[in-house]
Amino acid sequence: MSSDVHEVVILGSGPSGLTAAIYAARASLEPLVIEGEPSSTGDQPGGQLMLTTDVENFPGFPKGIMGPELMMQFREQAQRFGADLRTEKATRVDLSQRPFKIWVGDPSAPEPTYLASSLIVSTGATALMLDLPNEQRLLGHGVSTCATCDGFFFRDHDIAVVGGGDSALEEATFLTKFARTVTIIHRRDEFRASRIMQDRAMANDKIRVLWNTEVTDVLGDQTVEGISLFDNTTNEISQLPVTGLFVAIGHRPNTDLFTGQLAMKDNGYLITDTPSTRTNVEGVFACGDVQDDTYRQAITAAGSGCAAAIDAERWLEIQE
Amino acid sequence: MSENITNLTEATFDEVVNSATSPVVVDFWAEWCGPCKMIAPILDEIANEQGDALTVTKLNVDENPSIAQRYGVMSIPTLLVFRDGEIDKRIVGAKGKAQLLEEIGI
Repeated sequence: MSSDVHEVVILGSGPSGLTAAIYAARASLEPLVIEGEPSSTGDQPGGQLMLTTDVENFPGFPKGIMGPELMMQFREQAQRFGADLRTEKATRVDLSQRPFKIWVGDPSAPEPTYLASSLIVSTGATALMLDLPNEQRLLGHGVSTCATCDGFFFRDHDIAVVGGGDSALEEATFLTKFARTVTIIHRRDEFRASRIMQDRAMANDKIRVLWNTEVTDVLGDQTVEGISLFDNTTNEISQLPVTGLFVAIGHRPNTDLFTGQLAMKDNGYLITDTPSTRTNVEGVFACGDVQDDTYRQAITAAGSGCAAAIDAERWLEIQE
Repeated sequence: MSENITNLTEATFDEVVNSATSPVVVDFWAEWCGPCKMIAPILDEIANEQGDALTVTKLNVDENPSIAQRYGVMSIPTLLVFRDGEIDKRIVGAKGKAQLLEEIGI
């Protein structure tokens, strides 16, 4: 263990964590960013934007920018001011006394890996899966959580997208660049996606929608050959032959690490003392999707990351 | 990119994979894949640390689609590990260093 106590440790490196890192670094707090470990679910360095395609609503990029590209620029900007980014994942935290203790690697190690005077939690959210028996088995063999990564492999295929939010409609629209047809499977009779995403998807000739329909199984031996469907208005069961299934049914906050230590809502999102980013533990601040079940946008995450860094800086000043 | 990593193409793939005396890791990637970018520095580290014990290579699927198709790669990043020219492991999706090393089996 390093006996150094870091003034600010930031957990997570999506738009909120890296904005917090930029602000904290510019305030000479030398933030340590535990940016997470690579994965294909959104819980990873760079966060959920690493899995997205064109970001069209982030101010400053009038022509849009690819999600991964945007996050590489966030990173570069944080590093420019001296943020120390570590590609590691926190496995345990102890917030019961200060300095806060953070473990990386073996969570049962007697000594923590890092000590922190203040902690900014920006661990974000992870893409939900359908939790179907064959879904995990066929992941990477037709089942995908990343349209931008995998769309390329479905040129002229018939594929399906599950979900009804912005991510689902954005993915469906993106996938029409490759696929012959894209069927959106949605369990309700209306989308919760924004108007512009809906209009764009509905105007696309390659896209059709199966309303009030749930995916009950993924079929196929080596690769996806179809999906089983259940119509929740007529109770009809059917099968749809597709070779790809893209899952975009929402997210859950990455807050398991803080169970019993930080106050959270029933849905697992951290509670902050709005309009500040303070949590119920003094010296711990939360920003981004981990505490936002309302807006969940890159720009709101970045905004709250800025707020968290300023809150942490002011709080540290009072402690001295 | 580490100088211990070789970029494979459709022209060089078979020779490199079949003639290597150590296990060969092939990282199927593309420019537009975010998670691929995140594992690249980890593969650099692994290549530098393992030296001759492991041949770490990359294959751009955009430029070499037939190899990806031959091995049924439908998701990237995918790492294929070849031992004696045969596929020994298939690792789908981005992962951390410790897990990658464990799955590669070194």
